[in-house]
Amino acid sequence: MPDTNSITPLVEIDKVDFSYGKRAILKGISLSVPQGKVVAIMGGSGCGKTTLLRLIGGQLIASSGVVRVGGQDVGKLDRDGLYDMRRKMGMLFQFGALFTDMTVFENIAFQLREHTDLPEEMIRDLVLMKLNAVGLRGTAKLFPSELSGGMARRVALARAVALDPMLIMYDEPFAGLDPISLAVVGQTIRKLNDALGGTSIVVTHDVMESLQIVDYLYFISDGRIVGQGTPDEIRASTEPYVRQFVHSEMDGPVPFHYPAAAYADELGLTPLKSSDC
Amino acid sequence: MQKILNIIRGLGFRTIETLWRFGAMVRFSGLILLHSGMSFRRISLTIREIYFSGVMSLVIIMVSGMFVGMVLSLQGYDTLQKYGAQEQMGVLTALSLVRELGPVVTGLLFASRAGSAITAGIGLMKATEQLKAMDMMAVDPIARVVAPRFWAGVVSMPFLAALFSVCGILGGYLVAVLLTGIDSGVFWGNMQSAVDVRYDILNGVIKSFIFGIAISIIATFEGFDAEPTAEGVSAATTRTVVTAALSVLALDLMLTAFMLRTSS
Amino acid sequence: MERKTYDLWVGIFVIVGFLALLFLALQVGGFSEERSTKTYSVEARFENIGGLKMKAPVKSNGVLVGRVDDIHFDNKKFQAVVTLALDTRYQFPKDTTASILTSGLLGEVFIGVDAGGDEKNLVQGDNIKITQSAVVLERLISQFMFTKASEGTDKK
Repeated sequence: MPDTNSITPLVEIDKVDFSYGKRAILKGISLSVPQGKVVAIMGGSGCGKTTLLRLIGGQLIASSGVVRVGGQDVGKLDRDGLYDMRRKMGMLFQFGALFTDMTVFENIAFQLREHTDLPEEMIRDLVLMKLNAVGLRGTAKLFPSELSGGMARRVALARAVALDPMLIMYDEPFAGLDPISLAVVGQTIRKLNDALGGTSIVVTHDVMESLQIVDYLYFISDGRIVGQGTPDEIRASTEPYVRQFVHSEMDGPVPFHYPAAAYADELGLTPLKSSDC
Repeated sequence: MQKILNIIRGLGFRTIETLWRFGAMVRFSGLILLHSGMSFRRISLTIREIYFSGVMSLVIIMVSGMFVGMVLSLQGYDTLQKYGAQEQMGVLTALSLVRELGPVVTGLLFASRAGSAITAGIGLMKATEQLKAMDMMAVDPIARVVAPRFWAGVVSMPFLAALFSVCGILGGYLVAVLLTGIDSGVFWGNMQSAVDVRYDILNGVIKSFIFGIAISIIATFEGFDAEPTAEGVSAATTRTVVTAALSVLALDLMLTAFMLRTSS
Repeated sequence: MERKTYDLWVGIFVIVGFLALLFLALQVGGFSEERSTKTYSVEARFENIGGLKMKAPVKSNGVLVGRVDDIHFDNKKFQAVVTLALDTRYQFPKDTTASILTSGLLGEVFIGVDAGGDEKNLVQGDNIKITQSAVVLERLISQFMFTKASEGTDKK
């Protein structure tokens, strides 16, 4: 467990199970996210990382176990309580999920207009400040379809922090970005977290970037936590799964081959008998 | 034998699927009504949708109306003049349009143009996770995205149906008075004594209002329920047009039978 | 700027829509007035009402003065009893006659009312004494044939 400055961590996941139909996705996961820290949740594709974010945000309900945010059990909240809690959260979706029928400015102003009574001039200043933080103040009048992938991702980041939330969740923020955008997004996540005094959870499989910006990492494989630690601990780890991940090894606890019949049999070759030589 | 069993199984599956969808649609309309407050408090949302559903359909509705009215008059003239009754052309055109063709054809055209656009719009927002994002920002997508589109459809339909009928009657006027030389006064006079505002016109308006409700529920439901993929949205759009068209025709049958019975 | 454009066009749309409805109501349709007028009921008995239906018009000198409110069969006197709902604006003398007529050759069947000369007028619940039943085509033809046949035998 990471060392906690505060008494209770902001997010607590306590022995949570989650199944999608008959398929078990999370099996007895327990982790905690302390306030003010940036925590990464890593693992291969389809291991349940995004599901965890959905559970924290209340979009899914766990089959068993408790998900607590700020001390409140998310699964037991009613709609109003859930919406109240979500106003203090920000989420960056995997491909941005910007509203395509609004400009960049209107996308970021959305939450300000819906949830606050601030006058338009103040909203305008706030939006421009957020855009400036991600370096895209000049794109305010453009539509999402006119932005490149990296730019759209950064605008979505600015939108996620529009209300200065106490918890920000990032779903694969680095996926598909060029190295420059990657660095920008990574640094922005760190700086925003420190500037706002908020807590961030980053779901990703980009090891290199994560090791540079986060305070703690969790590794998930097959619905269970298989490794955790600070960046230094992870780099030095001898856990097979963590090693495979960190050193980008093709084969290891996560096998290279998808389960299939024996190769020779599929090709129709019969093994040589010792008497044939 | 196996094939017959498979066909029966398929039919059974389809029937249950249809019943399920119908029930889900009823529940969905309940949700829409519950969350309709925002559509009226922030009327600009609904106005925007009325623009996209109603105003953008004006051209096709008015042009189609005029064509249909002119054809009705031409066909009417051809048959009526055999009985020396060609002065009833206006009556034929007006009654056909106001009672039936106005609401029904407008409904079919509206379902194809605006209905499919609504389904595609909502479906696309679902596929790109925009609805989920909105939900995570504590803004209810049904209140913000679905309900305004629903009310826009309900409001637009009666106006569009009335415009269709008016353009049709004007088209009929052009054919009757300018083409076949029927006296203008006789044209309007005969029409006024045959068309009753309470029974014919009001019933037509009621029909178009009910069609509007049906089409809007189907269009918004299919969009909201679509599979979040490209194929899913395309399939949902097709389902909207087919289901809405069939519903309009079925409702027309029920309403016409009911209205004719209670008027005599 | 987009907001203002939407509002403008939607406003135009709604106004044009209302104008269309107004046009339909005034120019295309005619108002049928009988619902709101006050009526008084008068009975008339016929041997044969022909094709007379409920809500058929009652006309005097070609003008609509009322509607047929009820049609039933008197089992004791074996007559057709028709109840006429006459507009209170129009008063008719007690010796008014009622006939069942057809508008045109194949048109709708209505009741024609001809005023008499009595000083006293019909009131609610009165009876029209003199009536003329409908002309039934079959009886006319058989009557014609019968007359022709008897003419033929007379000549002999």
